[in-house]
Amino acid sequence: MSAAATKALGSARNGSARFETKAATRDPPWIKFAVLGVSLAFFVLFLLMPLTAVFVEAFRRGWGVYLAALVEPDALSAIQLTLLIAVLAVPLNLVFGVAAAWAITKFDFRGKQLLISLIDLPFSVSPVISGLVFVLVFGAQGWLGPWLSEHGIKIIFAVPGMVLATVFVTFPFVARELIPLMQAQGRDEEEAALVLGASGWQMFRTVTLPNIKWALLYGVILCNARAMGEFGAVSVVSGHIRGQTNTMPLHVEILYNEYQFAAAFAVASLLAMLALVTLVVKTYVEWRSAEPSREGETP
Amino acid sequence: MANARTHRVLPGFGVSLGFTLAYLSLIVLIPLAAVFIRTASLSFEAFWTIVTSPRVLASYRLSFGASLLAAAINTVFGFMLAWSLVRYSFPGKRIVDALVDLPFALPTAVAGIALTALYARNGWLGQYLEPLGVKVAFTPVGVLVALIFIGLPFVVRTVQPVLDDLDTELEEAAASLGARRWQTMCRVVLPTLLPALLTGFALAFARAVGEYGSVIFIAGNLPMVSEITPLIIITKLEQYDYVGATAVAAVMLVVSFALLLVINGLQSWTDRRAAKVS
Repeated sequence: MSAAATKALGSARNGSARFETKAATRDPPWIKFAVLGVSLAFFVLFLLMPLTAVFVEAFRRGWGVYLAALVEPDALSAIQLTLLIAVLAVPLNLVFGVAAAWAITKFDFRGKQLLISLIDLPFSVSPVISGLVFVLVFGAQGWLGPWLSEHGIKIIFAVPGMVLATVFVTFPFVARELIPLMQAQGRDEEEAALVLGASGWQMFRTVTLPNIKWALLYGVILCNARAMGEFGAVSVVSGHIRGQTNTMPLHVEILYNEYQFAAAFAVASLLAMLALVTLVVKTYVEWRSAEPSREGETP
Repeated sequence: MANARTHRVLPGFGVSLGFTLAYLSLIVLIPLAAVFIRTASLSFEAFWTIVTSPRVLASYRLSFGASLLAAAINTVFGFMLAWSLVRYSFPGKRIVDALVDLPFALPTAVAGIALTALYARNGWLGQYLEPLGVKVAFTPVGVLVALIFIGLPFVVRTVQPVLDDLDTELEEAAASLGARRWQTMCRVVLPTLLPALLTGFALAFARAVGEYGSVIFIAGNLPMVSEITPLIIITKLEQYDYVGATAVAAVMLVVSFALLLVINGLQSWTDRRAAKVS
């Protein structure tokens, strides 16, 4: 997605002008309007309307009901738990992402391609299975279940299990943003820094980090959005105890199933705003990371 | 060897690779292996009876059927959307471009309740569709709608960069050789885009097969009719049927890994095709 996203930016940069000014690549007006009309209708139907519906439904019964749904104790504890899980899961995957990208892009070793594929693995696993695997390891009937219950440690149907499931689901985000970028950047700059006498840490901080900061931020944002919004995997390992093991998406589900639609959409609107902020930051980061290359292109 | 040594001038190889492998094993590989090890403790007959029971078979039909159809619909409309974003200028293009990624960023549960609200009997779309006899919410059509939402960005974001890198010279050459626009389209543009379109299709399909959150709200979840395979796993878990849940999960994992191989193959084909063209 990253390579695609960075390249997709090229479309904004090149613009459609180079296609629209040449007879050979210019579509007849009726085709243009037909294609544009159909694709925009599809966009409105499948993307814009669901997004708008979240906010309209959230405010259907007014500001009072909206705010009441958000400051209610169970909602507040769901918000807290969601933030806690993100605060634990995102840094873990950030450290992993940097370490994995460093090992993969700065050194040669056998099985590198296999390692890259394995890192992407969690993306192709159904969220439900991502939760199930931890039940099989830590659950009452799982490998470590008897030992854990003997020592009074609760992982499944408790917060640690929810953190583990979230870490699994968001595992590849940072690594897969960094690997293509650092691969393209090569090793020369770091080697030069070492030759000039920098320590390993100095080299990382003054050479590597500035080079990868936008991709790093982008990866962290995507990782965070998924960590806060994950539903299936967390649902499997959560005890669904109100006020204790409910995250915001799970709280939305409970309210919705209790026919408290306005309240469900109020909490959902917070998550939708998180998604919108994610998209804004993503667009900004893409624009910023494209800047240097643009300067480089024009002599 | 000399080559390897010069590259290891940089520090941190042992630490970073060691940490990567340990973390990968603990978080991903060992837990995933648990599914297959647990399944292996079943006799083959017992396994086969679970994964081919009528209710589970019906769920495969729905999950794979709806996912295929959703991916196909996304391939057609995602291609048109990508084409519009690259080839045409229109007001609000930047916003449309940014919002294409919405399904990546919006939590699936939120998407699920929003789509259900739209297509329910009194919803914005449902109120016009139901009098026409088209029921979407709480039917297999609802599953299809949710899977279209989830899969759309995969097609657009796979096709868009390839389309953008396409040289105008190709089409100009075709035009100067006397090809009509539709001939250029069918003989020059579409063949070049084929690997990207197939990759987008496969990515959207793979994502749709495992999708849970956005589907369960709108599906109605009627056994044999609108019950998806991931929901079967959840239902079995809730009945403490861990063995059954794990067996169905093993089937889904094998399918996912097979799809992953196909996607990797398609992606390298896309890259090679792109390299050849440019």
